[in-house]
Amino acid sequence: MIIARRLAIAALAAIVLFGLFAPVIAPYPYDRQFRDRPDAGPSHAFPMGTDEIGRDRFSRLAWATRISVLLAPAAAFASIALALAISAFSGFRSRLMRRLVESLTTVCLSLPWIFLFIVLRAELPLNTGPAASVALTFGLMGVAGWAWPGRVFTAAIGEMVHSDWMMQARAAGISDLRIAAAHAWPHLKSLAAAQFRVLIPAYILSEASLGLLGLGVPDPLPSWGNLLRDLQQPDVVKANPWALAPLAILMIAMISLELLQSRPEPAI
Amino acid sequence: MRRLALVPAMLLTVWVGTADAKELRFSIPGDPKSFDPLHIEESNAQIVQYLTAGALVRINRVTDQLEPELAESWTLKNGGREIVFRLRSDLHFSDGSPLTAADVARALKRAFDPKEASPAGDTFRVAEGYPDVRIAGSRELIVAYRNPKANLDRLFDQIGIPGPASGRFFATAGPFVAAEYHPGDFIRLVRNPRYWKRDPSGRPLPYLDSIRIDIQQNRDLELARFLRGESHLMQNLDPEAFDRIAKERSGAAHDLGVSLNSEFLWFNEAPARTVPEWKRKWFTSTLFRRAISEAIQRDDLSRVVYRGHAHPAFGPISPANHFWFYSALKPLSADIRTALNDLSQGGFRFENGILRDGEGHRVEFSIVTNSSNRPRQRMAQLIQEDLSKVGIKVNLVTLDFGSMMERISKTLDYEAAILGFSNVEVDPLEEMNFWLSSGAQHPWWPAEKTPATPWEAEIDRLELAQSSEISRDSRKKAIDEMQRIVSEQQPIVYLVNPDYLCAYSPALRGVQPTVAPPQIFWNIEWLRLE
Repeated sequence: MIIARRLAIAALAAIVLFGLFAPVIAPYPYDRQFRDRPDAGPSHAFPMGTDEIGRDRFSRLAWATRISVLLAPAAAFASIALALAISAFSGFRSRLMRRLVESLTTVCLSLPWIFLFIVLRAELPLNTGPAASVALTFGLMGVAGWAWPGRVFTAAIGEMVHSDWMMQARAAGISDLRIAAAHAWPHLKSLAAAQFRVLIPAYILSEASLGLLGLGVPDPLPSWGNLLRDLQQPDVVKANPWALAPLAILMIAMISLELLQSRPEPAI
Repeated sequence: MRRLALVPAMLLTVWVGTADAKELRFSIPGDPKSFDPLHIEESNAQIVQYLTAGALVRINRVTDQLEPELAESWTLKNGGREIVFRLRSDLHFSDGSPLTAADVARALKRAFDPKEASPAGDTFRVAEGYPDVRIAGSRELIVAYRNPKANLDRLFDQIGIPGPASGRFFATAGPFVAAEYHPGDFIRLVRNPRYWKRDPSGRPLPYLDSIRIDIQQNRDLELARFLRGESHLMQNLDPEAFDRIAKERSGAAHDLGVSLNSEFLWFNEAPARTVPEWKRKWFTSTLFRRAISEAIQRDDLSRVVYRGHAHPAFGPISPANHFWFYSALKPLSADIRTALNDLSQGGFRFENGILRDGEGHRVEFSIVTNSSNRPRQRMAQLIQEDLSKVGIKVNLVTLDFGSMMERISKTLDYEAAILGFSNVEVDPLEEMNFWLSSGAQHPWWPAEKTPATPWEAEIDRLELAQSSEISRDSRKKAIDEMQRIVSEQQPIVYLVNPDYLCAYSPALRGVQPTVAPPQIFWNIEWLRLE
């Protein structure tokens, strides 16, 4: 188990470094089109081959890693922080407030977000630059995604407020803020970590779907999400298995995160 | 004993029936909205209508000549104001009832009735309204206009003559008749035993016993079924599917060459709340539009995006449309220097790799296209890089089709767009709504009150003149001049004419594929399965 955890740390570190050093590692700009070499197989010049319009897959993967590795966790972090704040605020207040937040969570979960995103896109200026579009996409996902962890946190906090230790703490006159930070947080930490781990791949894949609505990471900027869209074409994968590289790197990242979450068995 | 003897006889019948049954199978992407030949509003219903409904005349999709069908002859009279049809003798609908001039007149009057709002009848409408229909005997009828009507005889290719209705289906006088419909699943057409046509040996047509049309929206599944041999044909393939069939089913994939369709880019020249006036100045400048057209490398679009299954396009009419294509049209040069020269003449400055207009604004605009069309997205990516070489920054926006249409036809909240035109008819008369400045589908400025420029007024004049001219040669001159003006002014920047890619089983015989719809089965009565 320790070896597995070390491997996971090494893999995550390698992925993060691959993304961070993309400008150095990538042999070509991510948007350079080699029009005489579309759909080329791996070669010395193009280690993972080229895509449909002749862009180097390796360079695009490095830049996509940089964007996805930074922004998907940031969006997941935003969702978790927002969910914790709302759940904690309601949990330590009255039962009515908890009910209200539970109802709000249900409403948020049942909203047809995809249509709201379409309406939102219709209101956005068309000349939104790639950086603004990326920030907006992940920012929106971060805000819109609070309800999933929110429901879990609200339920957990709901149980805590009736626990003996919580009542003792309150009877001792400890403030809500201190109870939340010093006593409740250690209980919620593992839940938050699990939710964080679940949200990252969800956001990466959501970003790919949003691309179909004109949101997402706009071309020519690459992301894991828009690179994964290549997998919709079985011919591309058959001709060049390196097209699977974004999927492989995403899976490695997810498995590594999973391994890091699992606690080693205590030695007897 | 008698019962026991029946069992092997039935089994034999079933086996023989299966062995002899010649059922053609293919897919359409959705349910037909109607089985009434006079209420065909979309392509799925159009296919069913073509296979079932009898028409007075048919255009031979290979020779482009009009051929007799239910009408054995026809004559244009009174300077192109009237057409007189003479029906074949002894015609019957599929239910056995006789087909006379009165039935045809009833169908035409229904098509021309404004209350019916028949799309089939819509193409017959002129400024004064619909034509009169008169019966001149049991086998003769006359359709008459007050003024000459262009292309009058060929319009009747699109009118199916329905017989008596039975439930949702109609008796037909065409080669097949609808027998089963399971919404979302399939439609079965069976041969019309009373179809009038016979082959040279006297054998009644059609050769096929039935047609099963599966309703399948997912083209990947349709492809998988074709590759497994579960369907006999696929129309309108994308280059990837075409290459896959070419690899996996020898002799099944067919590139019919350049199609009637075109892909193009245009700028929003209409006053719009979201387009600043200084940008509108660029879009309404002929030199700017010409420079954009010159900077785009169309050869790359054809080779990279369409894998070689497309041809650079330079004008409104595809070279596949042999009669109406203006062969003297010269393509603009695909050259960055010429583009920069035109931009310079138009008051733009190219400095440090950035293009600015006379007022110092950086030239930057967005191109919208529909997210469901991968080739269009790819073309937009190539155009983005091409235009960056003349210092123009392009932002690509992919939208779902509904949102895109809302922007380009209603709110006009867009700057430039890439779309395509799927031509179902070779005659340019069908495109008047696109070219007339007052037309609702006039792309760069829908429903203009008056033409904004002299050249737009000239296009209007040419379009209206050819629509009331009966001489094809005179019409051709007007359409040639229209094509010349469009090429010179570039209100529409034509990009490519994709090839028509299709596939059909080698077991399907008698196919004479053409680029004019319905491409593979336009001569359905002559097709057979071996």
